[in-house]
Amino acid sequence: MAEVYSALRQPLIEGNKTPAQVTEDICAAMEGKPTTLWYTGFLTALSLLLIGAAAVTYQIATGIGTWGLNNTVGWAFDITNFVFWIGIGHAGTLISAILFLLRQRWRTSVNRSAEAMTVFAVICAGIFPVIHMGRPWLAYWMVPYPNFRGPLWINFRSPLVWDFFAIGTYFTISLVFWYLGLIPDLATVRDRVKSGLRKKFAEIFSLGWNGSYRTWLRYEIVYLLLAGLATPLVVSVHTIVSWDFATAVIPGWHTTIFPPYFVAGAIFSGMAMVLTLIIVARKTMRLENYITPRHVDVMSKIIIATSGMVAMAYATEFFTAFYSGNPYEEFVFLNRARGPLAWGYWIMVSCNVLIPQLLWFKRVRAKLGAVFAISVLINVGMWFERFVIIVTSLHRDYLPSSWASYTPTIIEIATLAGSFGLFFTCFLLFCRFLPVIAIGEVKGVLSYGRNHGADLQEAALARSRAFDDGAVTEGV
Amino acid sequence: MGVFESEEDTLRATNTSRLKGFKIVDVFAPYAVHGLDEAMGLQPSRLPWVCFALGLFGAAVKVWFEFWTTASNWPINVGGKPWNSLPAFVPVTFEVMVLFAGVSTVVAFFIVARLVPCKKAMMPYPGVTDHRFVLVLEETDAAFDVGKVRAMLEGFNAVHVEERVEEAA
Repeated sequence: MAEVYSALRQPLIEGNKTPAQVTEDICAAMEGKPTTLWYTGFLTALSLLLIGAAAVTYQIATGIGTWGLNNTVGWAFDITNFVFWIGIGHAGTLISAILFLLRQRWRTSVNRSAEAMTVFAVICAGIFPVIHMGRPWLAYWMVPYPNFRGPLWINFRSPLVWDFFAIGTYFTISLVFWYLGLIPDLATVRDRVKSGLRKKFAEIFSLGWNGSYRTWLRYEIVYLLLAGLATPLVVSVHTIVSWDFATAVIPGWHTTIFPPYFVAGAIFSGMAMVLTLIIVARKTMRLENYITPRHVDVMSKIIIATSGMVAMAYATEFFTAFYSGNPYEEFVFLNRARGPLAWGYWIMVSCNVLIPQLLWFKRVRAKLGAVFAISVLINVGMWFERFVIIVTSLHRDYLPSSWASYTPTIIEIATLAGSFGLFFTCFLLFCRFLPVIAIGEVKGVLSYGRNHGADLQEAALARSRAFDDGAVTEGV
Repeated sequence: MGVFESEEDTLRATNTSRLKGFKIVDVFAPYAVHGLDEAMGLQPSRLPWVCFALGLFGAAVKVWFEFWTTASNWPINVGGKPWNSLPAFVPVTFEVMVLFAGVSTVVAFFIVARLVPCKKAMMPYPGVTDHRFVLVLEETDAAFDVGKVRAMLEGFNAVHVEERVEEAA
């Protein structure tokens, strides 16, 4: 078949692949021996995870007095990390659900790893509120079940309870969405692998999938429904996280801009994390034909847009504080930019507003190393954004006599490092044991931008409608 | 049963079979081919109704539960808010609605598509989860001329045409 490239549509997948080659390429990444780079990464991540596990064990056994908190700064590292990780997860849902509804077909190369990232990031996020409770063995008290304490029900008017439901639903739906997408690919793995543990695993979890189109049709409907549900869900989750702050009467927190500000920030940080991961993954897993510079290019553009939204939110917050005429509100914002923690504020502004502007240049977007560096800096900036919002709003309150400072202890830093360890351990295991790219979906977009695509298919269908008995042997 | 190597051939062969009145048992494909539902003459799935009904059910039960716990079973005064503070119940109601709708749709899908853990896959031909497309037709009456069907399928570049007697299953 002659390859005719459309002038308008660039093919999404490079290298003119056939479906069989797609299966081969993506499965080869998980079937070969792990590279030294993978082992290095995995062992580093695992060590961090172990350090984190030791720190968590210690702080649960001793109590949260092991943290640097005081009466004035009651929330700091733990909640910063929680909001940071939840935000990371949001880009996965953006790619898998919102871009699906918007028919952005380039998403097929990155949605699987982005969804995996969501699931792992929500796991990391969930750990922090549980430790923060101080008595994590009573965490089940968050569930409204008939009990012998009254029955004393949980307070459905509390944003912290809303948060529990939001995170619980978000995790469940993300996991189900991810698994649903994996079923056809697990069937592909099952039919490829001769024997062994991988085959057993794929046999169990592919649920007897055989590619029947009746099932495919239902599968597509279920996928669409889940995407439709996940889209408002992802907006609701970070909205509810922002209400944890916005419903409190603390200057710097008590503002109506928080929900859109948090959602935009979440997608911004998550997109940066997706870029960080896929730029490494495409190199180490040899998937350059599937995750192309074009994918990096479009995601960089999303970064520019969301960076603009975040910048707008920073400016609006500042403006509103002064326009309100409320001296406490004004003080909090001046204190953020000029107080003892101003360095955090300026790291946030430079990493989230200034540095991403470099991505306006096509030359920068085309240099994957540069995009990688920018994406890492954005992650740093977004971590500091949450730190600034939480700590600077608290550390100097209404009474100067109760002003305090906050320094994280080694335990808190170890816990943060541990959460990165957990995230990367999970992600690297995922890269080894599951198809990192949605094989079935990529096969569906192979013809995109190649001329044996849509219009030829239409013509062929029309011809076949006019087909009669005598013309059978005419062929094509 | 005809085995094909390309999406377009499968679509055309399926469409022709339907127009000629053959009974299409199923088409097996490595990915969701767009337009195949039309070519096979399939009805749209009823799963959206499951999603809608269970979502509504989850939301209704949750609103009732929140009212019952906070206003009736063990009322607590929180900041002087009214017992029936409906706006404060909205976030949790929404989350529970999404949870019910999402999980029940997937469970309903597994049930109607008979997807069960550990199930042995009934594969019509090797490679349908990799790169091959298989069109399965059923011989319904005497008008079904095996030779003509074979010729038709081969006319659409079928790489392999096979006749199978249905096993007692």
